[in-house]
Amino acid sequence: MTRRNIPREGEVRIPSGCAIAGIMDRSGARHDGGDILRSIALMHDRSNGLGGGFAAYGIYPDYADLYAFHIMYESREARAAAEAYLEHFYLCEKQERIPTEEHPAIKNPPDIWRYFMAPHPMRLAASGLDEAEYTMQHVFHINGKIEGAFVASSGKDMGVFKGVGYPEDIGEFYRIGDYEAWAWTAHGRFPTNTPGWWGGAHPFTLLNWSVVHNGEISSYDANRRYVEQFGYDCELQTDTEVITYLFDLLARRHGLSQQMAAHIMAAPSWREIDAMEPDRAAFETALRTVYASALVNGPFSIIVGSEEGLLALNDRLKLRALMVAEKGPMVYLASEQAAIQVVCPDAENVRSIEGGVPFVVQRDDVAAAKAGEAAENRAVRDWPLEHEVGVLPRKRREA
Amino acid sequence: MTDATHTLDAGKAEAAAGTAALAGGTATGEVTLGLAHFKEANEQVRKALAGTDAVVVRDANAQRYLGCALPAGKSLDILGTPGNDLGCYLDGGAIVVHGNGQDQVGNTMNDGAIVVHGRIGDAAGYAMRGGTILVRGDCGWRAGIHMKEYAGKRPAIVIGGDAGAFLGEYMAGGVIVIGGTPGDYVGTGMHGGVIYLRHPLSTERIMDGLIQELVGDEDIPQLAALLAAYDEAFASEGPPLGGDPGSWYCLRAASARPYGGLYAH
Repeated sequence: MTRRNIPREGEVRIPSGCAIAGIMDRSGARHDGGDILRSIALMHDRSNGLGGGFAAYGIYPDYADLYAFHIMYESREARAAAEAYLEHFYLCEKQERIPTEEHPAIKNPPDIWRYFMAPHPMRLAASGLDEAEYTMQHVFHINGKIEGAFVASSGKDMGVFKGVGYPEDIGEFYRIGDYEAWAWTAHGRFPTNTPGWWGGAHPFTLLNWSVVHNGEISSYDANRRYVEQFGYDCELQTDTEVITYLFDLLARRHGLSQQMAAHIMAAPSWREIDAMEPDRAAFETALRTVYASALVNGPFSIIVGSEEGLLALNDRLKLRALMVAEKGPMVYLASEQAAIQVVCPDAENVRSIEGGVPFVVQRDDVAAAKAGEAAENRAVRDWPLEHEVGVLPRKRREA
Repeated sequence: MTDATHTLDAGKAEAAAGTAALAGGTATGEVTLGLAHFKEANEQVRKALAGTDAVVVRDANAQRYLGCALPAGKSLDILGTPGNDLGCYLDGGAIVVHGNGQDQVGNTMNDGAIVVHGRIGDAAGYAMRGGTILVRGDCGWRAGIHMKEYAGKRPAIVIGGDAGAFLGEYMAGGVIVIGGTPGDYVGTGMHGGVIYLRHPLSTERIMDGLIQELVGDEDIPQLAALLAAYDEAFASEGPPLGGDPGSWYCLRAASARPYGGLYAH
C-alpha cells in the first residue's frame, strides 16, 4: 500500500458548514445503522464529500469489557509498528480487519483494523496509572509517534467508522447496517480550515468519548494550550479534537458531570452573571475563573457520545442550528428538522437546542444508577439546567 | 402613508392564506418531492408553476430555496418540511407551509407573503426588505436580523409564539410582532423599525439605546392590521392574537443613529 501524498491538517487552509445527527434509545435497546444513515444522507448538501463518519455505542457486547481499538494504517510498516507497540502494552483477545465493502465513491481507503484488548496487567500496575489514563497515553503515542497509523476510536463496546467521502457512502463502505447500537451519531463534513483525510473525519474520539461538530471554534488555541498542559496532544490541529479532550479532562479527570462540563464550555456571560442572585453569581464566577481557558467560543453545535448517553450543545450565541425530537424511548438530534422526520415522521416535542444550554440524555439504567449514588447524581432530566455539587456556598443566614 | 402600505401588505397575507390552492381546492399543479435533491426539486416546482399559478408541493424534505423569487400572482402550498432559505428573494408570491419551516425563512424577501402553520428555525426574515411572514408557532434565534425599510416598503414578521434570543438584531426598519415571549438581547444593535410585544420586557432586559412603551395611537392601525392578518390565517388553530392592540408594547431605538459617535475622530 502506498502512502498517499495529500496535505494534512494545518498544512492547508480552506475557507468554506457541516451536518450532524444523533439517534439514541434510552432503554438501551439496540438498532441497526439504517436510520442514522438515512438521517445524515438527507443533509447531503451540508457536506462536500471530504469527510463522513459514525460513532456507535453498544456494538461489541461480546467484548464489552475490552478496549476496542479501531486503527487506520497507511502502510504495512505502520501496522507492523503499531501492532508491535500494542503487543507490548496490551493483551489482545482478538484482532481483525474491519469488514468493508468496495464503494465506487470511496477512493484509497487506508487498511482499517480493530483490536479487542485489555491492558497488560503488570505494565499497567508498573505505570502507576489507571486503565483509562494508561490507554489514553498509548493512543497519543500511536497517533503522534507511529507515522501512518491513526487510532480512530479507543473505547469499550463502541466504535467509530469514518473516512473521506459523503457520510452515506462511508456508511455503506463500512456496512454500518450490520451493527446494532443503542446510540448512533453521524457527521457530514464540510471542512473549513483543513483538508479532508481519513483520520481527520468526525467523529473524533478518545476512550469512550466521541464528538461530532458543526462549526468553527475561535478559542481553539486558548483551549489547546490549556489541555496540552494536562498531557493531551493536539496532533490533528482541529477544533473538534480539542472539544473531545476538554470533555475528557472535565468529566473523566475532574469528575464533573457531563452537563457541568458542557456548562463550563458554554459559560454564562458576565452580563448574565451580574444579574444572578449573589450565591449563584459567586458560583458561576468561580467556575469561569477556574476554567477560564475551557470556555469555547465561536460558532459550534456538537453531539457528544459516551457510555452514559448523548449530550448536545450549541454555542452561547447559537450560531448553528440543532434540532431535537422524541418518540417513546427514542431521542433524535439533527442539524435540520427534516432529517429527524425522515426517520421518525411522528416524532414528538420537536424543538431546537438553545444556545449555551446543554441537552443531556442518559440511558435509563445510567440515570437510575446515578440516582442511586448520591443527591448530586440524580437523573439529569429531574434537574434540567441545574447542577449542585456542594460547591455552591450555603445560603447566608439572615442576621 | 406607511400605515396604508402596511394594511396593504397585511391584506396580501390574508389573500395568500385565503386563496392558496390547497384551501381553495383549485390546484392544477402538484409536485411530490420525497427525497429529491434540491436542484431537481426546484426545477419540478418551477416547471409546474410555468403551467399554473397555484402549485401544491407534497412531501417536502429539507429541499432548500423552495419558492425562491416567486413572483406576484403565483402561490405554493407546501406539505412536509421545506428546507432552509424557503422563499428567499420572494418577489410578491405567496407561500403557505402546512408544517414547520427550517432556518432562514424569507431570506432577503422583497415582497409577498409566507404563512407557516407550525414553527420556524433561526434567522427568519434575514435582511428582509418587504412583504409579510406570519408564523403560527415559535421561531428560533435572530428572527428579523437586519430587516430594513425604504419609503413605502416596510416588511413585517408576526410570530404567534415565543422567539429565540437576538430578535430583531441590527434591525434597521420594518415591523416585528411577538405574541409570546422573546429570548434575551431583543433588538441588539437595533436602529430602526419597531418591535411590538404582547408581554412587555422587564426593565433589565431592555438593551441600551432602546425604549419600550405602550403603543401609541399612531401604532395601532398597523399593529391591528397585522394581528387581524394573523388571526385570519390561523383562525381555526387556536386562540386569536388580536383583541385590544392598545394593550401591546412597542420597542424602538431611542435614536436613528445610535452609533453615530462610535467612530468619530
